[in-house]
Amino acid sequence: MAPATAEELGYPEKEELTFGFIKLTDMAPIAIAYEKGFFEDEGLYVTIEAQANWKVLLDGVIDGRLDGAHMLAGQPIAATMGFGTKADIITPFSMDLNGNGITVSNAIWEQMKPNIPKQADGKPVHPIKADALKPVVEKYKADGKPFNMGMVFPVSTHNYELRYWLAAGGIHPGYYAPHKGDTSGQIDADALLSVTPPPQMPATLEAGTIYGYCVGEPWNQQAVFKDIGVPVVTDYEIWKDNPEKVFGITKEFSEKYPNTTVRITRALIRAAMWLDENNNANRPEAVKILSQSNYVGADYDVIANSMTGTFEYEKGDKRDVPDFNVFFRYNATYPYYSDAIWYLTQMRRWGQISEDKPDEWYKELAAKVYRPDIYAAAAKSLIDEKLASAEQFPDFATEDGFRSPQTHFIDGIVYNGQEPNAYIEKFSIGLKSGQKL
Amino acid sequence: MNTTTVNAEKLPRFKLPQLSDVFNGTLVSGAIRLVALPLAGILAFLLLWSITAQNIDTSLGKFPGPAAVMEQFNSLYAEHQRSREKEQAFYQRQEKRNAERLAKDPSYEPKIRAYTGKETFLDQIVTSLVTVMSGFLLAVAIAIPLGIAIGLSKTLNNAINPIIQVFKPVSPLAWLPLVTMVVSALYTSPDPMVAKSFLNSLITVTLCCLWPMVINTAVGVAGIDKDLVNVSKVLRLPALRHVQKIVLPASVPMIFTGMRLSLGVAWMVLIAAEMLAQNPGLGKFVWDEFQNGSSNSLARIMAAVLVIGLIGFLLDRGMLALQKLVSWDKSVHQ
Repeated sequence: MAPATAEELGYPEKEELTFGFIKLTDMAPIAIAYEKGFFEDEGLYVTIEAQANWKVLLDGVIDGRLDGAHMLAGQPIAATMGFGTKADIITPFSMDLNGNGITVSNAIWEQMKPNIPKQADGKPVHPIKADALKPVVEKYKADGKPFNMGMVFPVSTHNYELRYWLAAGGIHPGYYAPHKGDTSGQIDADALLSVTPPPQMPATLEAGTIYGYCVGEPWNQQAVFKDIGVPVVTDYEIWKDNPEKVFGITKEFSEKYPNTTVRITRALIRAAMWLDENNNANRPEAVKILSQSNYVGADYDVIANSMTGTFEYEKGDKRDVPDFNVFFRYNATYPYYSDAIWYLTQMRRWGQISEDKPDEWYKELAAKVYRPDIYAAAAKSLIDEKLASAEQFPDFATEDGFRSPQTHFIDGIVYNGQEPNAYIEKFSIGLKSGQKL
Repeated sequence: MNTTTVNAEKLPRFKLPQLSDVFNGTLVSGAIRLVALPLAGILAFLLLWSITAQNIDTSLGKFPGPAAVMEQFNSLYAEHQRSREKEQAFYQRQEKRNAERLAKDPSYEPKIRAYTGKETFLDQIVTSLVTVMSGFLLAVAIAIPLGIAIGLSKTLNNAINPIIQVFKPVSPLAWLPLVTMVVSALYTSPDPMVAKSFLNSLITVTLCCLWPMVINTAVGVAGIDKDLVNVSKVLRLPALRHVQKIVLPASVPMIFTGMRLSLGVAWMVLIAAEMLAQNPGLGKFVWDEFQNGSSNSLARIMAAVLVIGLIGFLLDRGMLALQKLVSWDKSVHQ
């Protein structure tokens, strides 16, 4: 079983580490663990490097240039499965819940607005469904113009969230057919989705290459500040408290440096706790750190907009979303198998997994990638050292790694991680069992 | 030959009679040409820049004028100072931690690890300079012997020339992915002596600045005065002596012209490679700032642009001075 104290845990085998990240506010646990000295407390000397895009970051972890990185939850899963680059990557730590939004350009917003019901004060009723976008997309289609939208990576949360939102409103986002060599994901599509690195989203929208995008913060709020687009919906409204980024390392690293792995996890757990402490009291300080040019680098005000519990939709329409960024509460950092399985169901739904798989296959793959055992070892040693209390974590003795069925989806469909195939059947748009492109 | 020298004598001359008549032949004229005119040029540029800047509205605010850029230079320097303080604190903490661990575990061999904080603008400049010089020197070490060999042997020239001609126009950005993948595959030591990113930049720079040097050296060597070659033949100088005593001294001017061209290419290539691959250096600084999209980003990028230009200029001047120093051919101009 897991070692009980730091003495038993042992010193890290590798002390000098390099971690990669993408300029997004949800990389905060890594920045905080560094700035607050949590890494150093573990005897780890960490260099943190911004990466150009998710592909470069993943390659960096695989070829050893990076020891670990802030990753899209889908990346370790897809890599282990062999969609895209094949490599064994694991995650002992889930980085956050929520944190994304979908933004459309000002021109598209003007066309959507008449389709959206108004509140008493004249502001649009949220959440805004893709039903409001559907007539716009249809008009573009009728005119023979492609309706282009951006997401950040083929296996990104953003790709699945954007697809989920579009499909819930009756807009087909297109299928992948990797067995035929089609990895563009635009088969049968009404809206054509393509890849753009997160920090370049606003510039790409401004250039008119895409009409909308799904991305993490601060790149939705940046569009509001720059007055180039309007965030229409947050991922909190698409799926309340959805799992977002993870911390990814290679399986090889975790086996070669077990103490280092647990110590990294300890430092990240402490950082996540710090971020949510006392009802987000530390958030302003966190925003200040993130606005440094070597981390996210955007202006303080832009980052603060979402990090401190609000979200500005159309300019001036600022609303409270206290859980826009969740780093620790609701067991945000525990790597639940059911979270991994949700990503796999979406990969199957959109054809990235081209053939039917039994429920057991989903569970086995999730257990290969998500490693609650490492998390538990780190958490227990923190509890033993009184750096955390047992109530802050799931009950490790009974936890099976599956959240109870989740209900808060924009289309009202219930997700039960124990039954992935039954879940896939529920969608009106998407591949069903037996279907192959 | 790939440099064209413009013969100033043959150009039609535009004269400003009043000005030149007044100042011609006097001391004042020299001072004006060396100090006042460049100064006037710079002032006019600054003026034009600040006026244009005020009229360009980007979505990140106004385009930065000279004042905004100056302000960013100051803030970059202040950041550098702060980072140095943090660095000291980092080492102090580390010593303390090492001492604590040594007390608990006497077999431990304390080790001081390098500072892990962010690279400041000044650090990035140093990184870029070190990388460009390393890549350039590696290219020199390959290109000059190769160029001499090609210049001396018609056969070798015929064999290698097509390859040179094909690779010469290839953009650095096309080499970069190949270099990155090959370095990753071959350089897999667990405790690497130099960073992979450094190697990637260095090799890309080398690949791109090799060609002008090879070509110029070869042309220089092949074009040696026939009399000199005959003297060497009469004296029956062994091959190595022939290169050392005849070929090298005679082709030095051309070799240096090639080196100067190469260094210019190397600097441009390096910045582009750093931007694309996110390797540490000024290129990464520019890309990071572009991605940050903060209200200071444009002014910071402009500051970096000025520094990149200035360093490129100084590198070129340095090579020119070196060229003048080793060559008796005083006809080399700027």
